Amino acid sequence: MGNVDELEALLRPPELEMPPYPPKVITLASGEKMVVRQIDREEVPTLLEAIYPLLWVERDYYDIVSARLFGELLAYKRYRVKNEYVLVGLIDGVLAGMVNGHLVDEKVGMSYHTMTIRRGLRVGSHLFAAKMEYHMEFLNQEEVLIVAESPIGFRRWMIEYPLQKKYEVPHELGGGPSWVLTKKTYLAAKPRLVSGSRPVPPELLAGAQTIVLPEEETVKAQVLGGKGGGK
Amino acid sequence: MRPVAVIGAGMTKFGRSEWPLLKLMNVASLAALRDANLGDVKVDGVVVANMGAARLNKQTALASALADSLNLLPAMAESVENGPASGASAFKIGYQAIASRMADVVLVTGVEMMRAVNNLEATDFVASLTHPEAEYIYGVTLPALAGMFARLYMERYGITREHLAMVAIKNHANAMKNPYAHIHQTVTMEGILTAPEAVVNNPPIAEPLHMFDCCPVSDGAAAVVLATQEIAEKLGRPIVRVAGIGQATDTHAVHERPDPTELTAVRLAAQRAFAMAGLSAQDIDVAELHDAFTILEIAESEEVGFFKKGEGHKALAAGVTSLVGKLPINPSGGLKAKGHPVGATGVAQLVELTWQLRGEAGERQVESAKNAFACNFGGFGNNVVATVLTREG
Repeated sequence: MGNVDELEALLRPPELEMPPYPPKVITLASGEKMVVRQIDREEVPTLLEAIYPLLWVERDYYDIVSARLFGELLAYKRYRVKNEYVLVGLIDGVLAGMVNGHLVDEKVGMSYHTMTIRRGLRVGSHLFAAKMEYHMEFLNQEEVLIVAESPIGFRRWMIEYPLQKKYEVPHELGGGPSWVLTKKTYLAAKPRLVSGSRPVPPELLAGAQTIVLPEEETVKAQVLGGKGGGK
Repeated sequence: MRPVAVIGAGMTKFGRSEWPLLKLMNVASLAALRDANLGDVKVDGVVVANMGAARLNKQTALASALADSLNLLPAMAESVENGPASGASAFKIGYQAIASRMADVVLVTGVEMMRAVNNLEATDFVASLTHPEAEYIYGVTLPALAGMFARLYMERYGITREHLAMVAIKNHANAMKNPYAHIHQTVTMEGILTAPEAVVNNPPIAEPLHMFDCCPVSDGAAAVVLATQEIAEKLGRPIVRVAGIGQATDTHAVHERPDPTELTAVRLAAQRAFAMAGLSAQDIDVAELHDAFTILEIAESEEVGFFKKGEGHKALAAGVTSLVGKLPINPSGGLKAKGHPVGATGVAQLVELTWQLRGEAGERQVESAKNAFACNFGGFGNNVVATVLTREG
C-alpha cells in the first residue's frame, strides 16, 4: 500500500498560481448594490444547498446547468479540477448568482457556468462579465473558451460580446465546439458590458462575507418567472 | 342602442405561461364568468381577441374553441384580429352585439402566447403589422419606429431620457402592487440612468429607447363579461357602464403622416369616445394608456386631452400621473411592467379599470374613481380604440 497523501497528490491536478479576484460592487437597475467576490472551498456547501432545488427545473436549462455546476463545485471543493474559481453576486448578503471557470493553462481560460438566482436585473450578465474580467485583467490571459447550454446564454455571450468561433477546440462541457473571447474582443466590449467599482466600501464588504440563501420558494419563483393563474 | 355594462372581469398572471393557449383563455374567461355570477343567465356571444396564434401557436378559430371548451354552445362566436388593438376591438364588437340587441351577455376574452417563440421571432411577428413594402422589408420593427418617434418628440418638446425613465419607474412601482403583472421589480433612476452601471443594466434597444423603455414580451389572457344594464342591475353590485367607445385610423406607413409626432388616431378615437360618453378628458379619474414604449404614455396623455401638447412630461415629473396624483395613469403597471400579450392587452386594460371603478384594485386602488379611460394603440398608431367606463351610483 502506498502513502495515502502521495496518492492524493497524484489525484489532484497540478495548479498554477492564481491571484485572487478583487471584490467589486455593482449598482443594479433596482438601485440595490451587488457585491461580487470570490469564494473559497469552505463556502461550497452553501452554494450546493442553493443549487439543489434547481436540479429538476427544466425551464431555461436550469436542470443541466445546476447538475453540472453541482459537480464542478464538488470538484473544486475536493481538488479534482485544475485551477477552478467561483465568483458570487450577493445583494445584502443574499445570493443573487454565481459563475465559475478554470485555467486550461497560463494563457487560456475556460468558462464553465453562469447561474442567476435573482432574475430580471441582468445579474447573470454582470457576473459573466466579472468572470471575463478576472481572466483578462487579473489572470492576464489571452483568451477564454466558452460554450452556451441555453438560448439565453447564447444571446448573452455569443451575440452580445460577440464571441468568435473556435470550433477546432472541443469544450470540456459536452465536448462541443468552443467559442472564444479574445483580449481584443473583451476590451472592445468592456465599456458596455463590464461595470462595477472598487474598492468595495467596508460596510458593504462586511455584509457580503457570509452567504445568505434565499428561501427555496423564493428561488423557484424567481427562476420560474410568471405563470398563468386566475384571480 | 341600449346601455351595456361590464359585469365580470378576470385575467391570468401575465408573464411566461406553461399552460397551452386554450387553458390560458379558459382560466381568464372562467375568472370573469365567476365574477359575473350569472346564475341561470346564458352567455349568448363569445368574442376572442388575438393577434398571432395562427403564426405563433399554430392555432386558429379561437372563439369557436373557447365556446366549446367552456360549454357555452350554441353561443355565437368570433375571433378578432386588429393588431395590438385587438382587445379593445373585441370589446367594441361585444358592446355592439348587446347594444344592438343581437345578444344579452357576451364574453370578451383576449389572449396571446408570444413566448412560444424566441424574442427575435416575437419582434418580427409584431413587426408584421408595419407597411410591408415601405417599412417591413427594410427591417423596421416597433422598437425602431418608437425610437424614431421618441427622438423627434424629445427634440421638439424638451423631453429627456430622465422623463422616459420616470414613466418606467412609476409603472414598475405600480406593477409591484399588481399580482397579475409580468414584472415585479422596482427600478430606480440611479440603476437605469445615472449610475455608471446603467450602461449595462439598461442597454440601448433603439436609441434613444433603452431596455427599460420597452415593454416585455408576455403571455397572458384577460376577459370581461358584458351584459345589458337590466341584467347588471339584478346583480346588486356597483354597475360599470360602457359610456363611450371611439375608434380611428391613420396612415399605415408612419412616414406618410404630415407630422409624425401627431398621433391623430389617438386624438380622434379619444374625442369620439368622450363625445359618446358625454364627458371630457378632464372628467377622467384614472386611465390605462398603451405604454408599449415609455414615450407613448407621455404622447398619448397629451393626444387624448389630459394635458396640452408638450406638457405631458411636465405633469409626469410633477407626480400628477402617479398612483396618488390627480390623474393616475397605468395603475396596473401598464404594458411596461404588467406586460403586453398583444391580443390580451386591450381587454386587460378594461379589466383593470373595472376593478378600479368597483374599488377592488387592492393596494393600487385609485381613490373614488368614477370615470375611467383606456387607450388601446394598434399598429404604430394607425388603428386606435379608446374606451370610457363609468361607475353608476
